Amino acid sequence: MADLMADPAPILEMEGIDKVFPGVVALDGASLRVAAGEVHAVVGQNGAGKSTLIKILNGAYRRDGGTIVLDGRAVDFHNPLEAQRAGVSTIYQEINLVPHRSIAENILMGREPQRWGFLDRARMHRDAAAVLGRLGVRLDVRRPLSTLNIANQQMVAIARAISTEARIVIMDEPTSSLDEREVEVLFDVIRGLKANGIAVIYISHRLDELYAVCDRVTIMRDGQTIDERPVAGVNKVELVARMLGKEIGEVRRSGATGFGQPGTRTPGELLVEVNGLSGERLDGANVTVRSGEIVGLAGLLGSGRTEVARAVFGADPAHGELRVRGKPVRWRSPRDAIRAGFGLCVEDRKADGIIPHMSVRENLTLAVLPALSRHGIVDSAEQRAIVDRFIDRLAIKTAGPEQKIRELSGGNQQKVLLARWLCLNPSLLLLDEPTRGIDVGAKAEIQGLIDELADDGLGVLMISSELEELTEGADRVVVLREGRTVAELDHAAASQDTVMHAMAHGDGAGSRELEAGSE
Amino acid sequence: MGTEPGAGSWKPEVSEPLTPQSDPDATRRSVAAGADIAGLVRRYGSFGALVLLVVYNVVFTPNFLSLGTLNANLTQVATIVIVAVGMTFVIATGGVDLSVGSLMAIAAVLAPMFLVDGEQFGAPAIGLMLAIIAPILATTLFGAFNGALVTIGGLQPIIATLVLFLAGRGFAQVIVNGELQEFRNFGSPMVPNFLFIGLGEIAGIRPQVIVMVVIVLIAAWVLRATTFGRYVLATGGNASAARLAGVPVNQVKFAVYCISGFLAGIAGLIVIAINRSSDPSSVGELMELNAIAAVVVGGTPLTGGQATILGTFIGALIIQLLRFSLIAHNIPDGITRIVIAGAIVAAVLAQRQRTS
Repeated sequence: MADLMADPAPILEMEGIDKVFPGVVALDGASLRVAAGEVHAVVGQNGAGKSTLIKILNGAYRRDGGTIVLDGRAVDFHNPLEAQRAGVSTIYQEINLVPHRSIAENILMGREPQRWGFLDRARMHRDAAAVLGRLGVRLDVRRPLSTLNIANQQMVAIARAISTEARIVIMDEPTSSLDEREVEVLFDVIRGLKANGIAVIYISHRLDELYAVCDRVTIMRDGQTIDERPVAGVNKVELVARMLGKEIGEVRRSGATGFGQPGTRTPGELLVEVNGLSGERLDGANVTVRSGEIVGLAGLLGSGRTEVARAVFGADPAHGELRVRGKPVRWRSPRDAIRAGFGLCVEDRKADGIIPHMSVRENLTLAVLPALSRHGIVDSAEQRAIVDRFIDRLAIKTAGPEQKIRELSGGNQQKVLLARWLCLNPSLLLLDEPTRGIDVGAKAEIQGLIDELADDGLGVLMISSELEELTEGADRVVVLREGRTVAELDHAAASQDTVMHAMAHGDGAGSRELEAGSE
Repeated sequence: MGTEPGAGSWKPEVSEPLTPQSDPDATRRSVAAGADIAGLVRRYGSFGALVLLVVYNVVFTPNFLSLGTLNANLTQVATIVIVAVGMTFVIATGGVDLSVGSLMAIAAVLAPMFLVDGEQFGAPAIGLMLAIIAPILATTLFGAFNGALVTIGGLQPIIATLVLFLAGRGFAQVIVNGELQEFRNFGSPMVPNFLFIGLGEIAGIRPQVIVMVVIVLIAAWVLRATTFGRYVLATGGNASAARLAGVPVNQVKFAVYCISGFLAGIAGLIVIAINRSSDPSSVGELMELNAIAAVVVGGTPLTGGQATILGTFIGALIIQLLRFSLIAHNIPDGITRIVIAGAIVAAVLAQRQRTS
């Protein structure tokens, strides 16, 4: 939107930034322009390239191509320290300060005032207090940092940033651990930075915050910058649509996915009922799943989708009511949920799914081992039979059962992980982004398989960031926003527009809205 | 920076790609399966090294091929192998057990208490049984303490087991006032039977060698063929994924420290039977490091998730034979240590290529 760039000369211009990781193009000609004294939001779905772009700016990564112009000078940072010296400071969610040193030491670390070669403690404390004072924060600067709450630690981090004469302060999810009042204080500080001519690059998944504090927004998708405009000039639905790569009003039923005919199945018994789930990132989520249906779970990143699935599976503690076939239950660990016939396919297969050094055979049968064993001894003939059957049935492309799972492609790894549950004859599968990072062919296969399983009576809770998967695959779509269930749309009502609208505004236009606690 | 795992719910946007579509190892293997010497070294390196050492000794060491030499070497290596088997289980889960030497000392001071008087427990045979069972039970319980610190306490294994590394030998010394006890001063008629563990012969073979072989075979089988064995490797390979697949990760970790304690107890009894005496300050000294060295030379990476019991056995034999060869050729002890250190470095370097 070059025509809108009539405002003051940008302090930062990143153009045509490329970054390739082995096997993944993270950035493909991305750009970012920020004016002095501007609060600039960067938004995008998971994998859009926001973090990579920021890390290139602050020197954590080297770019593969493109230019960075800071204050009219081309720069090339080799490490975060260089970036900091040039005036680019980053405040991370987990704050990178030294917990056991005092506030003053943290603010002035590496630049401690000296007198005759000795540390001038009095001046250090004065200087530190002065910097905090500029933020309107009053703290005893001699206290160890570790005695402060997260919000105040963040203030110290910001104080450190401005004391290094930062021109640009990058805030990556700064509010994720703050309560409402603390968020207000942070916003006041941000406005103060702005008034002092400091540019703030603000990354957050909470759209309301963008409207509260940001001037402009850069929207990223698939490693590219797809839009840049004043926040006031874009409404939330439009913003979400741009992030997901959809046009408003676009209603597509193209059959782009491998799903069959959702909405035509007759769901069976009520398998799982979750009421008022709260905890980390959760604030009153309600979900039900019946046997023989696919329930889509929609929401922006950070809306609590993954947390719902993990809580239902007993992987993380959460408060709220969990009923299985009508009976209230309390899982102590995933083992309990597995015994009840549940299975969870995680989003990050490498971190939480595969056992990399183990073979396809062992990964596939890990959950079924107790059933395969007598007196703790694995029946290897039966194990082999199960593995062969599922390699065949799911068409897993592997050199053989003894191949290491890490050597398989993403799609085939996912099939092995699905088989890990299917060989247990589960009643409910929780699928977190089941087709993320999987090539197109395998994707349709996996979607077709999920569909088939639901036809056979399996209950499926499917989390997806891809609207097609939800609108074409799910019998029902539950929409989460900031940890709360905000809409539930049946297949007919779940169009890309209604789902996006609910994700952005917290209500489903033309659908029944849910009061907290109902259903 | 900024993407350390476990820090809140932060998720890096682009971490590493989920999976390489083609594995370089796989390609490498298929390219030159026959002529891939590097691959062979990696796969059978420790076994090859053992064969080389044996061949070298057969050629250059007089009287190497005698039953006496074989027995001497196997006898000396037995306690290390037994402890290293337990260590292999612990390391397979990604942990380490520094307390094994001290636990051996605890077993060593407990056993003689049951042999001081033939009539103490009604019958001498009961005293003998207790002299064997009670120390092993005690070290197993101390192993359970390690396991509890790691699982319930959430301590790093190296710190958790450092506690008993220090305190365990202290306990042993306190129990006997730091004094060396000599079996010939004991009253129980069962003392010769007890010493049989270390000094007897069954068909020309020392009993502890038989114990060692049995333990190696059982452990290798447990690791390969039982649910528990698979759980151990899954826990070490990816604890988070294992938990989500229903593996009782904490129970598994707890169990491996119990096993390690159990085996350390057996090794402690063998040492005092060989020595005919129990010295709380020397039994099992440096055993933790010797056992770790055997595990590493045998090809089990310290990162967990992969383990080979047979490799550990071979690793211990390599170190033993190296030491024997050098001593047999009158190489000074200092040089011997340096050469053994070199062998460990070589093993680790070979491993690094394997796991990369």
